[in-house]
Amino acid sequence: MAEQQDARIPTVIADDLHIVYRVNGAKSGKGSATAALSRILKRGEERGVRKVHAVRGVSFVAYRGEAIGLIGSNGSGKSTLLRAIAGLLPAEQGKVYTDGQPSLLGVNAALMNDLTGERNVILGGLAMGMSREEIKERYQDIVDFSGINEKGDFITLPMRTYSSGMAARLRFSIAAAKDHDVLMIDEALATGDRKFQKRSEDRIRELRKEAGTVFLVSHNNKSIRDTCNRVLWLERGELRMDGPTDEVLKEYEKFTGK
Amino acid sequence: MSETTHDATVAVSAPAAPDEGLAAKELAAKHGLSVSGARPSLIEYVRQLWDRRHFILAFSRAKLTAQYSQAKLGQLWQVATPLLNAAVYFFIFGLLLEADRGMSREVYIPFLVTGVFVFTFTQSSVMAGVRAISGNLGLVRALHFPRASLPISFALQQLQQLLFSMIVLFAVAVGFGHYPDLSWVLIVPALVLQFCFNTGLALIMARAGAKTPDLAQLMPFVMRTWMYASGVMFSIPIFLADKPAWMANVLQWNPAAIYMDLMRYALIDEYDQKFLPDHVWAAAGGWAVLFALGGFVYFWKAEERYGRG
Repeated sequence: MAEQQDARIPTVIADDLHIVYRVNGAKSGKGSATAALSRILKRGEERGVRKVHAVRGVSFVAYRGEAIGLIGSNGSGKSTLLRAIAGLLPAEQGKVYTDGQPSLLGVNAALMNDLTGERNVILGGLAMGMSREEIKERYQDIVDFSGINEKGDFITLPMRTYSSGMAARLRFSIAAAKDHDVLMIDEALATGDRKFQKRSEDRIRELRKEAGTVFLVSHNNKSIRDTCNRVLWLERGELRMDGPTDEVLKEYEKFTGK
Repeated sequence: MSETTHDATVAVSAPAAPDEGLAAKELAAKHGLSVSGARPSLIEYVRQLWDRRHFILAFSRAKLTAQYSQAKLGQLWQVATPLLNAAVYFFIFGLLLEADRGMSREVYIPFLVTGVFVFTFTQSSVMAGVRAISGNLGLVRALHFPRASLPISFALQQLQQLLFSMIVLFAVAVGFGHYPDLSWVLIVPALVLQFCFNTGLALIMARAGAKTPDLAQLMPFVMRTWMYASGVMFSIPIFLADKPAWMANVLQWNPAAIYMDLMRYALIDEYDQKFLPDHVWAAAGGWAVLFALGGFVYFWKAEERYGRG
């Protein structure tokens, strides 16, 4: 029994998970004030609210040491599933059990364009739950990794002055600075120039070694093949296939007509 | 695609697990996994919030700085905005409407400016609270932190904004002959209590605003009614002298009026006991504790639901 547990320790268990988004004011096609008023006056089950059933009954068990790719066409529920695993989106039905706190690789939302890169590094680090000392310790690494200062002293300028590539690089560098138990990466590899992409792939491999389990969402089959040993294929919010990378990717490529 | 076909696919291709046969719940229990996104206990929640204190402070200061970073005069607006605000109210209520009702100019102008600033502190905390969750869904859906960090951080931002306004307020008070004395020390407890009250109110509004974002449209009217009823630009006991006593009592005991009166009492020499309701400090403390604790528990109760929809 004990040996078995050592071999396969579950880190994430999704049990018949359903996620439903509610969108206000999109029930009928008409967006006029009178239409909104009539929606309020009409007593329905939930007035003026349209439901989007993004994930429908997904179940799987992820184990320590696995790197799991999530594939599927646009809008198939991949990012929603990641957010639900991280506990950021409440489940409509079903449950997600996790070992420790899964974290999503993404601090974009905490950063402010009007602040300098320097302050954003600190703010982003604090938002991810790092202590001030940790941030001070890693500050130089983050800046060096992003390569922001290669073309002059940009880190002391507001982020709104950065090119979109530079901003994306800084965001990834901040996000990747923390160690995680269960790490989830949502299309982060697509940012920056070739040189930076290479550097970030290396960093993700490093993070994978430290993290228990890695989830990766990507439309790039090559990067899934390079980094993952298991693949979940989602289509219309349902789990269509779950298995070793090569097997699932072969079916997926057949499906997408490549 | 029906449920049965997808179940079949999964069953065929999923790698066989040694724990097979166990239900998900039993498997989770066996390996000590916990439900993701579950609400922590109240004590645990307070501890998590304490761990995030640096983030709360940094976030409030970042918001404050970002506010004026595109303006040419930059952070000077932190002081210029309240100053202009006070000038507008003085022009309308002091010169045009003559709402001073027998108060001398030396008393009325600091009275008015204090009222405007202190009420604005509560008003902007409420407005920021309404949008604290609903306006930051991106942040709520991307990162893990106790959600109460957001409304608390916004209330803190308003406190820092008020401290800039206090510079203007001190200048006005001194300009009209009210020099610093021992009673100015009372400003500190008055502000602390009002901040607790505001934070509690912001927490309540944050939960309400997360469920009903329409509140952001409605609240300006509620706040304006509250402002006119609280005696920001007139003295309640003087204005309602010929009305039944209970009316003045109700208005004077409302938290906004209490905190304004305390600040005026501290700053303005002639604004003494007779303008204040009885047990004013007890009322100020009571409102602060009631709203801070009540608001915190009320917000925590919905912790796992923020970010939906």
